[in-house]
Amino acid sequence: MSNGVLGVLWPFSLFIIMLSVVGLYCVLVTRNLIRALIGLELLFKAVTLLLVTVGYVTYHAALAQALVITLIVIEVVVMTVAVGVVLGIRSYNESLDTRRIRNLKG
Amino acid sequence: MSVNIAILLSLLAASLWTVLTRSLLRSAIGLALTSAILTILMIRLDSSLAAVFELSVCTGLISVLFISTISLTHPLTRKEILAHMRERRARFWFLPFLLIALGVILSLLKIKPPIDLPAPEAVKEARNVLWSLRQVDVMGQIIVLLTGVFGVVILFKERVKK
Repeated sequence: MSNGVLGVLWPFSLFIIMLSVVGLYCVLVTRNLIRALIGLELLFKAVTLLLVTVGYVTYHAALAQALVITLIVIEVVVMTVAVGVVLGIRSYNESLDTRRIRNLKG
Repeated sequence: MSVNIAILLSLLAASLWTVLTRSLLRSAIGLALTSAILTILMIRLDSSLAAVFELSVCTGLISVLFISTISLTHPLTRKEILAHMRERRARFWFLPFLLIALGVILSLLKIKPPIDLPAPEAVKEARNVLWSLRQVDVMGQIIVLLTGVFGVVILFKERVKK
C-alpha cells in the first residue's frame, strides 16, 4: 500500500475528531432541543466522513459507500422521529428549553 | 492534499458557525452548508454514489425538515433574545479555544496508526456491494424506514375527542 494514501488518514482523523468535539459540545451545552438535534447531525457527519476516509485508505470505497448509505437512511429516520418528538414537547410545554421540561422528572 | 485540507478547514468553519450562530434558522442553513462541503470531500474520496445521497437527503431533506420545524415554533421576544444572547455567550465562548488547543495538540502528536491494510476489494461497484454482499443491510434499511413511518404516524395521530 502506498504511503500517500495512508498519509491521508491522519489529517482527516484530526478533523474528524474536531468535528465530533463540535457536535458533542453542542449536544452537551445547548438547552434548545432543535439545536441539540443539530449537534447530533454534526456527529453523524463526523461518522460519515470517518467511514468514507477509511474506505478510501483501505481501498474498500464500495463497501464504505454501502455503509454510508445505510447510515444516511438511519440518520433521516432518527431526525424525523426526533423532530416529531420535539414538536410534541413544544405543543405540550410551549417551549423548546430543556429546563422547562419537567414532565419526565422522577 | 492541500485542497483536501482547505476543504476540511471550511467544513470545520461551517460546523463551528452552525453551533455558534444565535439564530436557529442560520444554524439550519449552516448545517446544510456543512453537508454540502462534506459532499465535495466524498466526491474527492471516490465515493460519488454516497455523495449524491448525502447531497439530496442530508443537504436537502433534513434542511427542509429543520426549517419547517423552526417555522412551527414561535420567535422569542426582544427581552428574551437579549437574555438568551448573554447566556449563550457564557456557555459557548470556550468552544473555539478548545478546538484550537485540540488541533495544536493533535497535530503535534502526529500519531501513525498501526494499520494492517486488507486486500483490495473484489467488488468495485457500490451498487453491487449493496445488492449482493450487503442484502441484510437493505432489509434493515426497509425496517428502519417503516419504524420511522409508524413512529411519525403515532406521534401525529389525532386524539379522539370523547
